[in-house]
Amino acid sequence: MRSVRREIMPGVFLTSLQTDKFKTGLLRACLLAPLDRETAAKNAILPSVLCRGTVRYPDMAALGARLDELGGAELSPTVRKLGEIQAVGLAADFVETGNDAALEDMAALLGEVLLAPNTRGGLLLPGYVESEREKLLEDIRARVNDRTEYARSRLLELMCPGEAYAIDALGDEETAADIGYVALTRHYRVLLASSPVEVFYCGAADPDRVAAAMVDALSTLPRGELDFDIGTDIRLNTVDEGARVFTEEMDVGQGKLAMGWRLGDAMEDPDMAALRVMNALLGGSAGSKLFAAVREKMSLCYYIYSSLDLMKGLLLIESGVDPADYDKALAEIGRQVQALKDGDFTNEELTAAKRTVSSDTLALLDDPERLEPFWLGQDLLGLDYGPEELAALAEDVTRGDIIKAAAGLACDGVYFLRSREEEDGED
Amino acid sequence: MERTDYPTLGLVVYKTTLPNGLTILVVPRPGWRRARACFVANYGGADRRFVLDGKTCDTPAGVAHYLEHKMFDMPSGTMDEVFAGRGADADAYTSEAVTNYHARCTDRFGENLRDLLAFVSTPWFTPETVEKERGIIGQEIAESEDDPAFAAYMSCMGLLFGAGPLGDSIVGTAQSITAITPEILSVCHKAFYVPANMVLAAAGDIDPAEVERIAREVPPAESGPLPQRDYGLDLGLMPLETRSERTMDVSAPQFCAGVKLGPAAMGPEALKERLTAELAMRCLWGGHAPAYLDLYEKGLLNDAFHYEPTYAAGVGYVCLEGESPDPEAALAGLLGAVDRDMDPAFFARQKKAMLGGFIRMLDDFYDLTDALAEGHFAGFDALAAPVVLETLTVSDVTAWAREHFAPSRFALSVIRPKEA
Repeated sequence: MRSVRREIMPGVFLTSLQTDKFKTGLLRACLLAPLDRETAAKNAILPSVLCRGTVRYPDMAALGARLDELGGAELSPTVRKLGEIQAVGLAADFVETGNDAALEDMAALLGEVLLAPNTRGGLLLPGYVESEREKLLEDIRARVNDRTEYARSRLLELMCPGEAYAIDALGDEETAADIGYVALTRHYRVLLASSPVEVFYCGAADPDRVAAAMVDALSTLPRGELDFDIGTDIRLNTVDEGARVFTEEMDVGQGKLAMGWRLGDAMEDPDMAALRVMNALLGGSAGSKLFAAVREKMSLCYYIYSSLDLMKGLLLIESGVDPADYDKALAEIGRQVQALKDGDFTNEELTAAKRTVSSDTLALLDDPERLEPFWLGQDLLGLDYGPEELAALAEDVTRGDIIKAAAGLACDGVYFLRSREEEDGED
Repeated sequence: MERTDYPTLGLVVYKTTLPNGLTILVVPRPGWRRARACFVANYGGADRRFVLDGKTCDTPAGVAHYLEHKMFDMPSGTMDEVFAGRGADADAYTSEAVTNYHARCTDRFGENLRDLLAFVSTPWFTPETVEKERGIIGQEIAESEDDPAFAAYMSCMGLLFGAGPLGDSIVGTAQSITAITPEILSVCHKAFYVPANMVLAAAGDIDPAEVERIAREVPPAESGPLPQRDYGLDLGLMPLETRSERTMDVSAPQFCAGVKLGPAAMGPEALKERLTAELAMRCLWGGHAPAYLDLYEKGLLNDAFHYEPTYAAGVGYVCLEGESPDPEAALAGLLGAVDRDMDPAFFARQKKAMLGGFIRMLDDFYDLTDALAEGHFAGFDALAAPVVLETLTVSDVTAWAREHFAPSRFALSVIRPKEA
């Protein structure tokens, strides 16, 4: 499966993967903007407002009917945080078999939704904007309902106060509550004209055909002065000398632990394959050191895992533990990270971690939904190799590479969401 | 193995049933890098009471799930270690109806399949290993109990069915799992993990003959008797109670509305019944349905709303779950659609869209192999769905919905935010 990347219009980049493996086509388009407190909520609401209706399909019923006619295609708003970049756009999934123009039809509809919203007097409809503002507020508030996700998001907010990384992909309640249709219309026009656009396609069509369909679909995209000044500031050191500890209370039985570790010097000239294998070895799989120690040996938790943000240079460790076991869990996690730095792991553990990364990476080739973020991530990191090359690099990682990748790991923040004191029954 | 071609889907399925009763289904997918196999026991959280060797056994809530955890152990090591060593992974889940063990890998498929079958076929429970798991599952239970959506769902199941096989949580409670011992796990394994009560479904760039060969070698050559189950369920269609409320730390009211569908059909009729239900719900409450769009625009529902039919313990039921400032009004709006006539053009589009959704499902290994397994246990061919779907008419679907979705048959549980 060859990946072809090209600039099809000024600042519009198409990554196209041709394969006959799937019955489904996948098309994604997103606008890239700096993650900023003032604009995050406004950017986040736009795809949802655009999905309310267009010139040709003025409301959700008409748009839905068109998607049904396209064989049950789906078109959904997307909002993501990639390092300190906010990516907002549209995700389309559609059946390619049985309709020779499936791609062109889908691209045209995606372009229509992105560029030709239902307006009055040139302004986005107040009813749509107000309704979606309430839903955005509901979504922001609803973060608390998923305790695990809430703990992670609070950790990042509290740990990175001076960094754009603290901002949630959806923005915050204060700025969301201020959204009005006039200012949002203005913001929409600016965002369209100034943002680099990333388009991704995976399916049966060849790259030339995809490029032609997208150029056609995006022909009315305004292109002004493009803001290519997007990126992520990597902080190598911890803010204080030791980890800052943040504890909050909620009406829960299980405590939610989220720890943020700076990757440190490993981000100076990052060895991406080694970092991924290091993460797999520490907590990236059911064969990892954290899983084996904290869950299997000590029976302290049901889930424990680590994950990487290679754009930001962060490693997160998350687990759910009984508040009474908090100290024990924290100490064991610290021991396991130290073991990694000391090279205290077996060759079997290392081989398992390498194979896990290599196998997971190759499996991306079966999964267009994961290939899209993979390629977008590679582009943002300035890397041009694909899953097969990355899998091969992972197989070549050595013990020394792991020790080097782990050397700078420093815990910068520990967040613990725990039961309210009076409900613990502790005297 | 018997080969069946599905030319309109572009798929071929190989199927056989071994002398020990184990059924194997294989879907070759040339060019795929990863292969997946699921080995599924027709044994879930609802199978609590059964007869084995002439004796009736009553088992604690959470036992099927506890057993799932313990099947990952063998004297030689854990399934996690064995699979991780090859860069493969194995996982499992327990639903009301089944326990599903699955493995994925990009190479050495044969070895991985052999180990998957060996672990799940080998009961090995010591007091130490069973005890060790109690802390882990205890945290899994604690996590589920802190989840507002799960709390709403469990309350709703209690309203529909009361305490028992469907009203109790699949994972059990901190209390119920204290009663689980190595002996109980052995009895449950012996009763339900017999080859004739299991199915193996695999997909990927794999050779069906190799799958069959390994499946002949690893599980026991002889099946035990099929377990006799006793659900003791009230088969009436009315909920035992209709409303419940409690408070948690949530941002807005979360709700789960449920309705019983009555005894579930078996065989080809089951496929027709399930597709009819799915199409009916899509037309009434799907993302493009007028009733849903109306509630969305009024701010009574948001895109957290979804519905899910389940077939387990010999019955079917449906849950409608979501978030709403006024769950009663949202439910009334959803049920108001049942009595309105469906626009035939809208109905035709929903059929087309449902077919599209089915075809897209075929590209998802999990959904594909799980659908084949589910169909096997209910006695139908899951890949016959497009043919059966084509035969459904607007009057079939409307009649089905009106028969099953009378407002008085719905129960509603709500989780409200704590007062500030």
